[in-house]
Amino acid sequence: MLPVAADYLRFLPEILLTVFGIAAMMLEAVARGKRTYLGVLSLVGIACAFIANFSSYTNQGAAFQNMLIVDGYGVFFRGLVMLAGFLCILASLSYLEREGAQTGEYYALILFSLVGQCILATAGDLIMVFIGLEISSIATYILAGFLRDDRRNSEAALKYFLLGSFATAFLLYGIAWIYGLTGVTNLAQIQQILEQQPRPSVIAALAAALIFVGLGFKVSIAPFQMWAPDVYQGAAAPVSAFLSAAPKAAAFAVFFRIFMTAFRPMNDRWSYLVWGCALATMLVGNLAALVQTNVKRLLGYSSIAHAGYVLVALASASSIGVSAAMFYLTSYALMNIGAFAIISHVAARHEKHVRIEDLAGLGRRDPVLAGLLALFVFSLIGVPLTGGFFGKFYVFQAALGSHLVWLTVLGLLNSGIAAYYYLKIIVAVYMHEPSAATIDLAPAPATLRIAIWASAAGILVLGIFPSTLLSVISFSASVFR
Amino acid sequence: MILAVVLFLPLAGFLLAALAPRDSKLPMYSAFAASLVTFFASLGLIAPAIEKGASFTSIVDLPWIEGAGFQIRFHLGVDGLNLWLILLTTLLVPIAVWMTGSMVAERRKGFYALLLLFEFGLIGVFSALDLFVFYVFWEVALAPMYLMVGLWGGARRGPVAVKFFVYTMLGSVLMLASILYLHSRTGSFDYVDILNAFSSGRLALTETQQFWLFLGFFAAFAVKVPIFPLHTWLPDTYAEAPMPATFLLAAVMSKMGAYGLLRFSLSLAPGGAQRCASWIAVLAIISILYGALLALIQPNIKRLIAYSSLSHLGFVVLGIFTFKQQGADGAAYQMIAHGLSTGTLFLLVGLIEQRHHSLEISDFGGLASRAPRLATVFSIALFASIGLPTLCNFVGEFLVLQGAALAKFSWAAWAALGVILSAAYMLWMYQRTFFGKPDERVAGFVDLSGRDWIPLIPLIALMIWLGCYTQPFLQPISAATSRLLEQTTMNDQYRVSLGPPGSASAF
Repeated sequence: MLPVAADYLRFLPEILLTVFGIAAMMLEAVARGKRTYLGVLSLVGIACAFIANFSSYTNQGAAFQNMLIVDGYGVFFRGLVMLAGFLCILASLSYLEREGAQTGEYYALILFSLVGQCILATAGDLIMVFIGLEISSIATYILAGFLRDDRRNSEAALKYFLLGSFATAFLLYGIAWIYGLTGVTNLAQIQQILEQQPRPSVIAALAAALIFVGLGFKVSIAPFQMWAPDVYQGAAAPVSAFLSAAPKAAAFAVFFRIFMTAFRPMNDRWSYLVWGCALATMLVGNLAALVQTNVKRLLGYSSIAHAGYVLVALASASSIGVSAAMFYLTSYALMNIGAFAIISHVAARHEKHVRIEDLAGLGRRDPVLAGLLALFVFSLIGVPLTGGFFGKFYVFQAALGSHLVWLTVLGLLNSGIAAYYYLKIIVAVYMHEPSAATIDLAPAPATLRIAIWASAAGILVLGIFPSTLLSVISFSASVFR
Repeated sequence: MILAVVLFLPLAGFLLAALAPRDSKLPMYSAFAASLVTFFASLGLIAPAIEKGASFTSIVDLPWIEGAGFQIRFHLGVDGLNLWLILLTTLLVPIAVWMTGSMVAERRKGFYALLLLFEFGLIGVFSALDLFVFYVFWEVALAPMYLMVGLWGGARRGPVAVKFFVYTMLGSVLMLASILYLHSRTGSFDYVDILNAFSSGRLALTETQQFWLFLGFFAAFAVKVPIFPLHTWLPDTYAEAPMPATFLLAAVMSKMGAYGLLRFSLSLAPGGAQRCASWIAVLAIISILYGALLALIQPNIKRLIAYSSLSHLGFVVLGIFTFKQQGADGAAYQMIAHGLSTGTLFLLVGLIEQRHHSLEISDFGGLASRAPRLATVFSIALFASIGLPTLCNFVGEFLVLQGAALAKFSWAAWAALGVILSAAYMLWMYQRTFFGKPDERVAGFVDLSGRDWIPLIPLIALMIWLGCYTQPFLQPISAATSRLLEQTTMNDQYRVSLGPPGSASAF
């Protein structure tokens, strides 16, 4: 059966991203002089894809014989990763200029990786999960090592690639097991077959565990988190921002979809596993972050801890949990992109200044930038009236709704511990004398400033008036019960 | 409506001060204007609250966050219990703004802005009737205070401010867990709704559930008050903070915890509160005596008053956990009285530091002969703090001791020891500072000027008024606390009569 027009319409965002990505790559070959317009072109591409995505919200349904499911949930995550990609490209324009690495490939890679993440967000079949994950990952491996003359970049890329491929192998092995057991790869069909079994077989459990490991690597949950701090520290700051926002959100999207549909019948088995991993992830991330002196590495560990909070939402195994995770990942993407964008600016050429101490005196040199960084940090801590607080609040509300009392208490205590290392940033920014980095700090470029202000505005809106987003996501999440 | 104005005026002032140009006088003017207008507007809260002290008046009830299973309403109200705390806040913040002009050396614009943000948080905390709103304001008040200590504090400000923040945060996340738990059981964050659920029997909690629920609330409030083993942030923070911040920390912020205990933890987890009352009372008595003993040996005036504050706040907590009308009245009264007397003391200490640049007691001597007016005012505030009859603290401490004696006589006996000790450390400090042979180091000391009287006169007048004519203040307080105690006992009995519901599984 040939695909019909509606299928292509639902797949339009991915098509547009691919077209613009290829265009950026092709134009690079013939480009002379400044290449900033390639970045602008890719921004336009994302904007078009975003509109196409928005229109597919009113045109929901399956595409390509249930290979893709374009439902509210998928559309939401497609929009989220595109938003993250958009902001990261905005933050990258001046960064690449500064590092002398302004090329079309960079933008093409971001667009291609977004294609993979969009497929992940809407995947209805394990084969599509694998394909989406590979498209997304291969592009991000290269992005992590994009500044190829920089040793830290190369190290980050190699580490990310080796561990990432290892994780993909686990995922593929899990898919093979589940195919062997059920004879299908479609998520809904797997759910039906597993539901018919009187009690879930060991093989199904094993397959679920393998898939858990594979995806766990991608979202950096303990004990598979080792790569994250190294990669976030080594990669260029806007790339780290992208890695912590888009691929993570997409991987979590598919994580929730698989475990809330295909493996839903085995809920009572995996929820203990998720419970333990969530706690371990929060603890590992927060405790290791306490002793970091490099800001990017600190944010790397903090991103592990935040993955733990999202896992708490998965552990609650309810549609409230799913919508809490959607909210959390949105606000997390915004606050992390904002924080990384400011750090990429202070770091200066070749990222010389990435220690916490290098932020010293930012409050005197550039009060506006410092104030925004303080906002992002307070949001990461989870101070009310920021998106970070409401996300955490929602996650733990979902957990208590599923009677996870201990996980809630321990998770909340973790977020109290986390305040300690985030405040180190505030202390440096406001309470120390200006460092070499901040004394000759250039004013932030306009594009970077737009990205930062947009993230800040998003965080405040999410924190003060969350109602609009809440109604959208709780409707989208209602497909999972 | 008035309450909304009182709450949001400081926020408007904050935005104005924050957006004003740095080197202009605009931040100062907007801070003064906003805080003074807030004060005069808050006077409008008095009449309705006195009329119906037991129930909530001046209610603000607006939809805020809806959808996805949330029904969070922006619900605020005033009764006899929080009325005076709100007024204390609106009265003291303009004074803190006044102090900033002469006691904060640099970057005043930011300080003015943060003072107003802090006032916004405080008024919100004291008036919130929705637990979510309460939590939000609780943290909103924390962040500006952290920044004030951290940016303008003394030499060790960095670590001290972080300790203050992390301590408070660890306590308050546990309170958040309790709030979320109540929501998971009732589907509401609204204080009044939850109380109704209790009294109608829709919500029944077992002894164990109430115990943990209470501990969650207690963790946040006990850190904030603070109570004995959790007090270690207090002396450092008080000593390192800039004067206007210390003034507000001691006079108003410490009341957040005590208010929370009285308002929320008693009525929402009555069984837990009753069960824990005896050891909390013991901790409160330890705070009283330990604070007093440490105050006795402090060589620095600011630290001495900080420890005395710990001691006096112990009385408040003791009063609450007697579960007697007198005790609760005394606690609520003592909050106001302590705010006035300690506030005045810190204000005077600020004036002294401004003139002398030192607060070590050994650097003083014979100040009374150089600055008789300062000595007189200082002695009034000091006697108020000791608890001399006709001054405000006497009423509060007397009622607390009476309540304690009714609950358990030995508590009153031990706590009374604290009153004696407070006379000892205060008078000894006063003697070493103000009496004796005039030291040559205080030779050029200038007495209080006309300008300095502006904030002092209302404070002194109020201390005497609260000490001599208690009725207008105590009557609404009593109305509110008697209702609160009634609810506490009633909720506790409902739990017993209904027995345990299907308890939630937890792993």
